[in-house]
Formats: sequence, structure tokens, C-alpha cells
Amino acid sequence: MRLPDGRRPLAALVALVLLGAGVLAWALWPSPPPVRGQDVAIPVMDGPAGDQRVTLDAAFFPPASGGAAPAVLLAHGFGGSKEDMRSSAARLAERGYAVLTWSARGFGRSTGQIALNSPDYEVKDVRQLVDWLAKRPEVRLDATGDPRVGVAGGSYGGAIALMTAAYDGRIDAIVPQITWHDLADALFPDATGQGPLNGVFKKMWAGIFFGSGGGAFASGRGLPEIAAADPGAGGGARVPTAEQVRCGRFLPEICDMYQEVAETGRATQAAIDLLRRSSPISVPGKIKIPTLLIQGQRDSLFPLSHADANARAIAATGAPVEVAWLSGGHDGGDGEPDWVFDRTAGWFDRWLKGDGEPGGAAEAGAFTVSRDGGRDPGTRQRVLVHTVADRYPGLSGTDPATVTISGPDQPVANPPGGSPPSISSVPGFGGLLGGLGGSVSAALDMPGQAAVFESAPLTAPLQVTGGPTVRIRVYGEGEATLFAKLYDSSGGAPAVLPSGLVAPLRVTATEAGTPVTVTLPAIDRRFDAEHRLRVVVSTTDLAYATPAAPAVYRIGLDSPDLTLPRDTALAAPRTGPAWWVWALPLAAVTVAAALLLAGRAGTQARARDGRRTDLAEVPLVISGLGKRYRNGEKAVDGLSFRVDKGQVLGLLGPNGAGKTTTMRMLMGLILPDEGEIRIFGDRVVPGAPVLSRLGSFVEGPGFLPHLTGRANLEFYWRATGRPAQDAHLEEALEIAGLGAALDRAVRTYSQGMRQRLAIAQAMLGLPDLLVLDEPANGLDPPQIAEMRKVLRAYAEHGRTVIVSSHLLAEVEQTCSHVVVMHRGRLVSAGPVGDLLGAARAANGSGPRLEDVFLDLIGESR
Amino acid sequence: MSPLTQKSQDLGQAPGYAPGRTLPLRVEILRQFKRRRTLVMFGLLLALPWLLVVAFQLGPQRGDQGSLRLSDLATQGGLNFAAFALSVSASFLLVVAVALFCGDTVASEASWSSLRYLLAAPVPRSRLLRQKLIVALGYSAAAVTVLPLMALLAGTLAFGWHDIRVPGTGELIPAADVLPKFAVVIGYALVSQLVVASLAFLLSVGTDSPLGAVGGAVGLVIVSSILQAVEALGSLREFLPTFWNAAWLDALAPQPDYSGMIKGVAVSVTYSVILIALAFRRFRRKDVVS
Repeated sequence: MRLPDGRRPLAALVALVLLGAGVLAWALWPSPPPVRGQDVAIPVMDGPAGDQRVTLDAAFFPPASGGAAPAVLLAHGFGGSKEDMRSSAARLAERGYAVLTWSARGFGRSTGQIALNSPDYEVKDVRQLVDWLAKRPEVRLDATGDPRVGVAGGSYGGAIALMTAAYDGRIDAIVPQITWHDLADALFPDATGQGPLNGVFKKMWAGIFFGSGGGAFASGRGLPEIAAADPGAGGGARVPTAEQVRCGRFLPEICDMYQEVAETGRATQAAIDLLRRSSPISVPGKIKIPTLLIQGQRDSLFPLSHADANARAIAATGAPVEVAWLSGGHDGGDGEPDWVFDRTAGWFDRWLKGDGEPGGAAEAGAFTVSRDGGRDPGTRQRVLVHTVADRYPGLSGTDPATVTISGPDQPVANPPGGSPPSISSVPGFGGLLGGLGGSVSAALDMPGQAAVFESAPLTAPLQVTGGPTVRIRVYGEGEATLFAKLYDSSGGAPAVLPSGLVAPLRVTATEAGTPVTVTLPAIDRRFDAEHRLRVVVSTTDLAYATPAAPAVYRIGLDSPDLTLPRDTALAAPRTGPAWWVWALPLAAVTVAAALLLAGRAGTQARARDGRRTDLAEVPLVISGLGKRYRNGEKAVDGLSFRVDKGQVLGLLGPNGAGKTTTMRMLMGLILPDEGEIRIFGDRVVPGAPVLSRLGSFVEGPGFLPHLTGRANLEFYWRATGRPAQDAHLEEALEIAGLGAALDRAVRTYSQGMRQRLAIAQAMLGLPDLLVLDEPANGLDPPQIAEMRKVLRAYAEHGRTVIVSSHLLAEVEQTCSHVVVMHRGRLVSAGPVGDLLGAARAANGSGPRLEDVFLDLIGESR
Repeated sequence: MSPLTQKSQDLGQAPGYAPGRTLPLRVEILRQFKRRRTLVMFGLLLALPWLLVVAFQLGPQRGDQGSLRLSDLATQGGLNFAAFALSVSASFLLVVAVALFCGDTVASEASWSSLRYLLAAPVPRSRLLRQKLIVALGYSAAAVTVLPLMALLAGTLAFGWHDIRVPGTGELIPAADVLPKFAVVIGYALVSQLVVASLAFLLSVGTDSPLGAVGGAVGLVIVSSILQAVEALGSLREFLPTFWNAAWLDALAPQPDYSGMIKGVAVSVTYSVILIALAFRRFRRKDVVS
């Protein structure tokens, strides 16, 4: 009875753990095996004359849904191969698309050379992939030879999506990610808007770009060996040829172009023409299909302005365009692959499948910006929120703010050899330096090389979305290469360069000062109140080619106005407080009320049983009492007896007779299964007020071990809530006879001392009915004799005493009446004298209760 | 005796007895206060901030300005130090303290056998639970409050009274602005410990082993914290009882975000109300055999 009760909470805990484990298993259970791609080699013909044979290494993923489904072409990034796209392809195929991914010419196991998405080469290849798709039975056709097809890809793969869309009218929707609008501008940017011919060479990114395509740059992305993949170039030789180490897998004309511009650091018109052939800028008005442009905020290679230019060009044709700014980009940070996948798939669902109605849950809005969303409360990791506006406003925003900056004209020096340079970002290693969300910046300006202009502390937070502009003057002579940047400067911490972006410019300095309007890099950043905006113009930057000749210029402000674009329409999707914030506690209160009320009905029904006024003067009436153990065995069975005033009743029985169980029911500690107990006519239920007329000592003492004997009794009496003068504490303490020990902690007491203290506690308030369970245990003979006197005297005042004992002599000498129990049942009840008299009549020998008792319970002597 | 008895026949109770006057809060507070574990726990909570101060003073001084972790900012001033002390203790020490006060309260009476004498006094069962719950929650609240307050005092004496520097961004927020938020933080820490308190209380009602009740509640917190690190569970984690326990950090940000704390309060209240209702239901019908 006791063990199962104690184990119940344990069982509940185990159940809880099992539930948790079940949820965990459910969440982590492996999903069905992904769709398997079929590797295929697709021969294509390309080149300016269409006479060059190239074999593209591709993988086709039939739609999991079966039938003829829309197709998606997935293109990989620079330096990668079709292997990078496998998991995305499988996921799209599961979503019901026929997916074809391939290694572009010059990459992976495809043959041919890299032509930078040239219309003569890569674009022709992809058009033939579309032809190939049109012949597949798994692909839905719009017309003969015209499959329903979308193209998606990142960086190099994003550009081929754009270029193919321009050259092939069969493409129905594209999702180009982190890619370029004008490759010449990306490599030779100029923030004054004078074009790439005047641009500053982005030498580190260019080096990585051409290096990784060359194969000499071991990017670790699984580039196969040149010789094995391109038999035409190396003939299986292990040692690369001079041409191979010079140009890798690049087309020679591209290789030559790069070598020339990288050496001089200046773009040539020929180079610009070549790069623009591979850029959407060369095909204005040709891309007329729904386009989702996803660009990275941490991207110094293809900054947000490229997506902006693409968006404007495509929107001009009337085609639907949406723009999303990711948190990460080529410089690292969070690339949000899951979100990008969902958006991409959602775009194709809408424009290829035709479901997912515009403005529905699948659509995020025309302009999405990933922002810092604080920390996940569980893991404390930074999380992103996607703020959304209905319209893409471009880089000049909807509602520009103007902040006044100030600072004197300052001299800046270009160090000889351009070293040491200032640092904004370190291309290719951005992920290592930059913290997630761009809150940590590795930016560094060299003293003497930078002019600083700062605003007053902001009075209110300012959310900038777009490319700020500032007007400066450059004094001096000759051509100056400068880098303008906008810092977020707070009082204590180092100033932050948002996303590590700079705006390079080349300007001819004059003694009178050349005024230039500088468009700073497009950003999305919240400048907090009390922060200052700091515009810095420096002469060097690690990522760019700068002149080697030493020079000194003076930089001043042409206008104190710093124009900051904003987009006030951008807002986090209205989540509001989750519905369950209110619903859960309310439901819990309802459940709790139900739990409590359902439980109460039972007890109240019992308590309402009327009082038996005819029994009001009878201390105890037990009738038909029964109690089962948990195992069904009866501890007390059909017990009935009555105790009248002034009696000292002995409750006699061997161990296990049910004496203690009866006494527990008498105290309201356990509920009877059948029958009832009435004390002074009132039915005993847990907490029945009539129990206040009962003093009890059952199954050993119960004290707070850290309190003294006196404090225990005092606290006990105060717990009853009855007046202190009713306690008769001194009389009770006298009975306990503990003397000085009363003021010691109970934990120091012997068993006998506790026993006496417990009897004293039972007598507190001189209860009308006193119930003592084995009171003589642990007492020495004089104390036992004293106890007898006390109990008899107690009953003489009209009170009643019930004593249980296994000591027969004890009962014989103390009690006036006796109840004998055996195995839960009443065996005999009556005055002790009657019982002894009956026994004498039976066998004629000495009247010993022991003999009578053994007779009664049927044990042989 | 008889006139008194006569007068009290109405309810059948002894003279002067009224169920609503049994086990007054004052008595229960005193009964619990003199216990060694109560005193030791409060001693530990009061000493911990000083221990931390000594640890920071003795440890090698790191002039690392760039580091913006809460632990590195602890020496910035009293407020920073108090936030740090709360963050290091909320996940375990305070959980143990709360589980101790709430898990021990009924189970220890059962193990001392004093429970049956209280019930036979009689203290009505629901009233006994109510009074014990109020006192246990009171001690828990005192434990959760006393630690940050002592840390504020110790930190201010050791590192001075300065504005709070926010971890992560390093921004400064004036001390006067933060002080009311600090009250919110402590209040939230209290509410978020309610789940532990009510679970410990439920276990306490069901067992006569105080350690079992305390350990069970602490065990649940451990299991829940492990589960919440499993990102695969997705938004299910939001309903784990410990998921929002650190959400109070959001209140100290320059732009305080209370949405996490509101969710945390909702989850905490939900669990607690049900667990406490279960405790009352269970105890009302339970056979007290210890």
C-alpha cells in the first residue's frame, strides 16, 4: 500500500520522460529516402559558330509526384559543380518538380572551358538543356519543344539564370541569387557613378574569382583534377602545362583579359565589353519573366546595388519582380539556405505550378529584408526576422532622412606602395572575421590615411535601408583613389562598419577642391539613439588595388547633409502575441477547476451525511467498517463496536489484526471503503471538525526534529488554531516528565522521551476522546505504572480513552473494556471482567487474559 | 467542560476550534525557518555574490575591451554584476532552491510523521496544502529575490554604481532606466520558477521522501533543458517548461522585447496551475499512511 503510493510520482516522471523521448524520436525520425537523381551526360554544341562539342555532366531528378511536372534547372556557383545542388534538387523533386542540375562547362566533370556565362558558350549550353528537358516525358510542356521551366542558382549560377532568361523565351520564371548585373562594375566599381572605366580594381575578390576558376586555387570545394576532367586540355598528364597553370580552365581570351587588367589595376574598354557580354546589363528589356532576386547584405563582391539594377531592368518590362535581402552573402554570415529554398520553391509554385495565390501565405511580399531578430530564447542564438514591404522602393528608399555631419578639411596620405592598407572586409574570409548579423566588425582605419566626419548623437533611432549619399570635396592634385564608408559609432564600443562594405571612388583632385557625390554602399541597418553616424574617407583598402605612389590630399565636406534612404513600409510580419499566450493559461485554469470540482463532489457527499444527534454523547461508534489493501486483501472487515463515556477501552489483537488501520481511519487519515465511524455522532471524514475533540497518538511520535520538545508542542497547539489557554500545556508537560530536556531539540531525544512527549501532545487541550496506540512502548516499569494511573484518572472525568496494545497484562490492568480483533474482524467486545468471567466458566482455571485471548483468536497453546 | 461542549455542539468541534484558523502562516513560517536546510540555502544564496566578487578580484585582470560577453562585463558595475549573478544561478542554483522549499514542505512532514498529527488536529487537508504552498512559495520568492539583491549590493560595493553595459552590443543604458526593468527581471525569474515549484509541490504531496520530490523536480528541469537544445523539435520547444527561462535577458536590451517573457509567463502559469490543481486533488483523497 505504501510502496505503490510513493512510486506514483516516479511513474509520472518516467511517463513524462518517455513522452519527451517520443516527441524527440518523432521529430528526428528519418524522412523517407530522398529522390535519387539519374546521372546523365548531355552532349551540347556551342561556341560563336555553334561547332564546339562539349559534354555536360548532369543529374536529372524526376518529380516524386510522377506524371509530367514543371521543370527546374539548378545552377551551381563559381568553383562548384552539380554535386553542390544535389540536396536542393532532391528536395525540389519531392515538391513535385522535374529537376535538372549540371556542372557548367569548365567545372566538375563537364568538358569545355569557362567562358563566364557567355551567350556564345554557357547560354547556348543551357538552351540545349532546355531542349533536352522538352524531350523528357516527366516534364510538362507549354508547347512542343517548350517545357514549363524555371532556373535558379546562386552567384555564377544566378547569372546564367538571368542570361538564359534573356536569350531563351521558353524560360518561365527565375530565381537568381547573390549575382551580378554588370560584371565589369562588380570588379571595377566607382561610387561616383562614372562607370567601370574609372573604377577601382577589386583585386582580392577578382583574384579569388579567377583563381578558383583556374583550378590552381584549391578551394576545397571538391574540384576534380583538371587532367582527369578535361582530357582535351592536358591529355592525362599529371604535371600541368604552363598554359594550365597560367589560365587553368578559363577560355584563353578571358584569361588574357584578366591578366592584363590585374596587372595594371585599370579596366580597358575591351575588358569591359567582354565582361558585359556575360552580364544582364548587355540585354536590357530582354528579361520579361517573373523574377525573384535574392541578394546578400554581407556581400562586397556583388553588393545589393546589382540586384537593384537587375530589378529595375526587369521591372521596366512589366514582368513581376520581387527582391529579398539576405543576412549573409559572399562575405559570409548567415546564407539562410532553408529560407532561400522555401522562397525559391514558393516562387516556382506560384509561377510554374500556378498555385500559391499572390499575397497568400506562401508569398512574403515584394521586398523582404532579413534583420536581426534578437536571440532565440531557448538556445540564446541570434535569430533573424524577415521584414516585408509590399513594394520594392529601390536603393533611394521611400522617405529619405537627412543627418548633418561635420568635420574640418583633413589631410590624408596615400602611403607608398599602398601599405599598410585599411581593412573593411577580407574577401573569402568574411565568414571567419564577421560575426553573425554583422554586429561585430573587423574594420580598421590606418591613422593619417583617413578623414573623419561625424554627426551629433542621434536623438531617435534611425533605420537606414538603401544607399546613403554624401557630397565631399577632394583637394590636391592628380588622380586620387579613395574609399568612403559609413560607420555606426556608439560611445564605448568600437565603431561598426555595417556589413564591412566600402564605396571606392576615383577622382581627379584639384587645388580648388573637386566636388563629388558619393553613393555609399547599400545597407539595412538600425542606427540606435545616442549613436553617431561617422563618414570616413580613406586612401587605402586591403581588398582593392591602390596606387603605389605616395601622395597627400585634403578631404572636406561639400555639403553637411548625409542623405539616408529609409523604407518605413518594411515591417516584421504581424505575428502579434501568439494565440496560445492567452488560450493556454485559460485552458489550464479550466482544467484545474474541473480537476478540483470533480474530486470535491465525492468528499462533500460524504460530509453531508447528517449528524446522528442520538449519538452526540457517545464518543465512538464504529459500524460495518471495512478497508482493503491495494492488493484487495481486507485489512479491516465488517468491524462494529461502540465505546461509551468514561470507558478505558483496550483494543487488543496480534500484529496485522487491523488495529492501526482502524485508528488511522478514526483520525481521518485514510478513508474507509465501507461502513462508517462516528465520533460524538459526527461522521469522521478527513478534516472533520469533530476530530478536534480527539487526541491521538498512533504509530509512533511525529515531531519536527530541529525544534525543542516545548516548541513542538507549542507549534502544534498553535497549528490547531485554538486559544492558547485551552491547551493545558503545563499539565501535559508534567505527564511527559521530560524536565530540562524539554528545551533541547527533539532530534537529541531517546525513543522513550519522544513517546512521552507524543502522549503529552495527544493530551493537549484535554480531548474528550483520547486514542493511544501502544503507549507503553519504550517506557520503563515505573513510567508504565504512572501511565496507568494517568489514563484511569483521565477517564474518570467523563472522558474516554482507547488504548491499543499487544501487551495483554497492560490491557488487563489498565482497561475497563476490551475489544479483541483478529485478521481485521471483531472477535469479542465487552468489559474486561465479563471476558475473564466467561473464560473462567469455560475451563475453571485462573482467569488470565492471555489464555482468553489465545482462545479467542483460535491459536493453540 | 460541559457548558463549553454544549456551546460547540453546532459543528461538533472542540471549543475554540475553527477550521479557518488552523495552521496560521506565521506558525508555518516559523516551523520551516528554524530548519537547517533553510538556513544553509539562504546562507549560500547570500554568500554566492561575495564569492563571485572575490573570484573576479583574484582572477587575472583582463583588459579586453572588445569582449562583450555577460561574464566579461560583470565587473562593469553593480547592475552588470547582478545580471551576471542572476544568469549564472537561474539555470540551476535557484532551481534547486525553489525545488527544495516546495518539494520538501509536505514530504518532510510525512517523513517525520508529524503530517498525521496535523491532519488529525484537524487541519483540513486543502487548508494544510494551501498554507504550506503559500509559505513554500514565499521562501522560494525570497530565495530568488535575495540573490540578485545581494549581488547588486556586493557588485556596487566592489565595482561601483555604473550604468549597465549590454552584452553583445556593448551599449550603455543609464542605471536609473534599468532599475525598474530589474524589478521586472526578478519578477519574471520568480514566475519562470513556478513550474519547478509546482512540480516539486505535486511530488512532495505524493511521496514521503523529501529528496525524491526535490530530485524529481530538478530532474525535470534537466530533461527539459536537454530537450530544448534539440533544434529539430522546432516550435514544440516553446512549450517546454524551461524554454523561456532566459527570456528575461531581453528586458535588459536597449529595446526591450517582452514577447518572449509573455510567452514564458503563459507557459509557466499553464503548467503550474494544472500541477497545483493535481496536487490538491490528489492530497484531498489520499490515504495518509506515513
